[in-house]
Amino acid sequence: MPAYQLNVNGKDVIADVDDPVMPLLYFLRNELGLHGPRFGCGLGQCGACTVHVNGAAIRSCVYPIGNVQGKVITLEGLGTPENLHPLQRAFIDEQAVQCGYCINGMIMQAAAFLKRTPKPTEDQVREELRPNLCRCGTHIRIVRAVMRAAQAGVGA
Amino acid sequence: MSALIARRALLKASGALIITFALKPDFARTAQIKAKPVALDSVDSYLAIDANGLVTVYSGKVDLGTGVRTALTQIVAEELDVSFDKVSLIQGDTDLTPDQGVTYGSLSIQNGGVQLRQAAATARRALLQIAAARMKVAADTLTLESGTVIGADQQRLALQALIGNQTLSIKVDKTAPLKNPDNFKLVGQSVQRLDIPGKVTGQFTFMQDFKVPGMYHGRVIRPAAIGAKLVSFDETSIADIAGIVKVVRLENFLGVVAKTEWAAIKAMRQLSVVWSDWSELPPSIELWQHVRQTQVIKDDVTSNTGDSAGALASAQHRLQATYNFAIHTHGSIGPSCAVAQFDGGRLTCWSASQATHNLRKQLAAMLSLKDEQVRCVYIDGAGCYGRNAHEDAAADAALLARAVGAPVRVQWMREDEHGWDPKGPPTLLDMRAGIDSNGKISAWESELFIPDGVAGFVALVGADHAGLDSLGKLSPGGVIQGLAIPYTIENVKTVAHRLASTPFKPSWIRSPGRMQNSFANESFFDEIAAHQGMDPLNARLEYLSDARGKELLERLAVLSGWRTRPKPDWHAPKSTGWGLAYTKYELVRTYVGVVCEAEVNRKSGEIAVKRFFVAHDCGQIINPDGVRNQIEGNVVQTVSRVMKEELHFSQSRVTSLNWASYPILQFPEVPKVVIDLIDRPHELPWGAGEPTAALIPAAISNAVFNATGVRLRSVPFTPPKVRDQINLS
Repeated sequence: MPAYQLNVNGKDVIADVDDPVMPLLYFLRNELGLHGPRFGCGLGQCGACTVHVNGAAIRSCVYPIGNVQGKVITLEGLGTPENLHPLQRAFIDEQAVQCGYCINGMIMQAAAFLKRTPKPTEDQVREELRPNLCRCGTHIRIVRAVMRAAQAGVGA
Repeated sequence: MSALIARRALLKASGALIITFALKPDFARTAQIKAKPVALDSVDSYLAIDANGLVTVYSGKVDLGTGVRTALTQIVAEELDVSFDKVSLIQGDTDLTPDQGVTYGSLSIQNGGVQLRQAAATARRALLQIAAARMKVAADTLTLESGTVIGADQQRLALQALIGNQTLSIKVDKTAPLKNPDNFKLVGQSVQRLDIPGKVTGQFTFMQDFKVPGMYHGRVIRPAAIGAKLVSFDETSIADIAGIVKVVRLENFLGVVAKTEWAAIKAMRQLSVVWSDWSELPPSIELWQHVRQTQVIKDDVTSNTGDSAGALASAQHRLQATYNFAIHTHGSIGPSCAVAQFDGGRLTCWSASQATHNLRKQLAAMLSLKDEQVRCVYIDGAGCYGRNAHEDAAADAALLARAVGAPVRVQWMREDEHGWDPKGPPTLLDMRAGIDSNGKISAWESELFIPDGVAGFVALVGADHAGLDSLGKLSPGGVIQGLAIPYTIENVKTVAHRLASTPFKPSWIRSPGRMQNSFANESFFDEIAAHQGMDPLNARLEYLSDARGKELLERLAVLSGWRTRPKPDWHAPKSTGWGLAYTKYELVRTYVGVVCEAEVNRKSGEIAVKRFFVAHDCGQIINPDGVRNQIEGNVVQTVSRVMKEELHFSQSRVTSLNWASYPILQFPEVPKVVIDLIDRPHELPWGAGEPTAALIPAAISNAVFNATGVRLRSVPFTPPKVRDQINLS
């Protein structure tokens, strides 16, 4: 059985998997018990599964585990209830959640984006989040939360 | 210390009362709790106070992502005068919670919250009486504050000291006095939601995250066509996949169970299966003829005053129009999921069903068990806007768990969800009106073509395929509501033709029927106003006799600047129009008025929905920010449904199987939403989960008319359809 050396949320882990094509998502959720990334479509169409690989937001539902090289960060690695990332703080402050199933993707996509674009316009945020789907209609608050985090200086 | 109590107290922020929490409540905890009553008329069915003064609320209504967990907690903490952070809530567990009805219809606060409030008020009175006897004073000399009874002499008794380990086994008394809303400290405040910190940090347990020891993973291979039969399958085709536990066949139900989720998914994809041919769906281009030609079982007359036929015949002007609304899918972002476990002949099923009490009956029927042999436990899933596929995933998990004798988790794949969840049925309405010689609307008639049935049991997909009875009936929801109109017109007849069938198994999706009926009603009323050269707002005010509704419309006019709105230029390549719609939901509850501002590109047919103004009166507001969140969600989700959504299908099956073939609204297309919340603390609390949604289709259609002079009478308003209408005009 092939073993892959990964670094997830700052910890080295060995992934013993029999199929290098298995998407990273299943390893994170079922082997590491990380529930930030979520299965939404398995097609890279909705964004619920988003994690960072070497700082870039990727769709873990279509990202083969055999291709992962470098550092993986999930929502849990971004911040904790006791030590919130400014985006997580902003999503709470703006109450930018309805069901919350998509929120992992919103925060992870925005976190990578703000690193690149620390002071975005609202339109830039909307454009960046275009591929992330929300069904409850929380978009207005999500954009507000990202702008709030940007103003707080997340990306700096 | 229980994780449920480590919460921080009140703090003032931004001038408003905000309550924050330091903890992560484990909402999915499944600790064994001793048997307790669940009867609807007993206080201890709803409430328990433990030896530490912690209050547990047992709610049959569940949080579908609306924030109602927080609002219900506010209601109980307020009425019982205990600290908000001492109250936790268990929801939708058939062993523990009373059956307060399905969580639908914008009724969780209106019904569930009111029941909880009365139970808390009964408990409060009983506790004060016990304290009075203990202190040897009159009950009316006592006050209750933060879980402590305080006497006139400052003597103090904590609630838990009053009842010890006893339960509150008294009947809910409808006459137990309720707190005066003027004294509310929690209800009416934008308390922050209990679930959000966990949801933004990955600590929250969704149904999709829930595990039990020894659990396998299941997936189901659906027929290649809706009515196809399973001819054969070849297990050797998955021999190379490690960890397969079993391939399970029950007639046309075919599932795989594996030790890992990925193995189950691979096996589902790889298993070689032969299905029979089936192609009995109507051609999609003939959908509306099909609806019109479907057998009518009965007519439901939802309003009938005067003589509409006579008034139409003698009218000076007659108007008529036909409206239709496409088939929609629920489209939860997280596909449906369930875990099923048999233990000593008893099934426990964890599910995000909006109706765990009904699901229990359906699973019991499917498995030939007694209801008592099935326990269904709610765990929050992805947003649920009606009867989607959670119940079907539960059936799959139960069938597979029984077959392998171990707990099984099933999560549907995206194509399962789009392909097999029950659909919002295609809806067709014929509208007629007569104008008399005085220019008055003298007649109004509507005919709705909609499947028969109510919001009953929707057959479970797995049960159907396995040839098992799950009590299913044609159940489109309460779809004839909202067909009758709020306007005073002398001669009115509104009729629902109830159809024997519809192409896809129907169910209710947010504001079922009410949305489609309000689309036709509020658009057609706009047509009449335009015909008469009347302003849409003035026309409504003229035909409304409801003072509360008129007040709402006046506030909407101020909010939106309706009376000073710019005049559209019908000849410009891009023109902006304003449309208005109004409802008194189901004619008995929440009042809403909506103004939409939309820009139409005459050449491309593209509509940019810019802004919505919403005036909203749901009576007593429990949590203003929660209501705003719901209103925004109503607007944005319905803009998606109206602008983009339409289920595509061949004569064999659904072909809209993912987000590429069933696109929904994306961030750059989202409108602004401006809200005027009308709070009436002394009135009954009504729902906010649906009413605004009902108005969005008509508000957009009316805005497009205002911008272009073209009527859109067919949802969705896609650019080719809009272009065609503009070119025809």
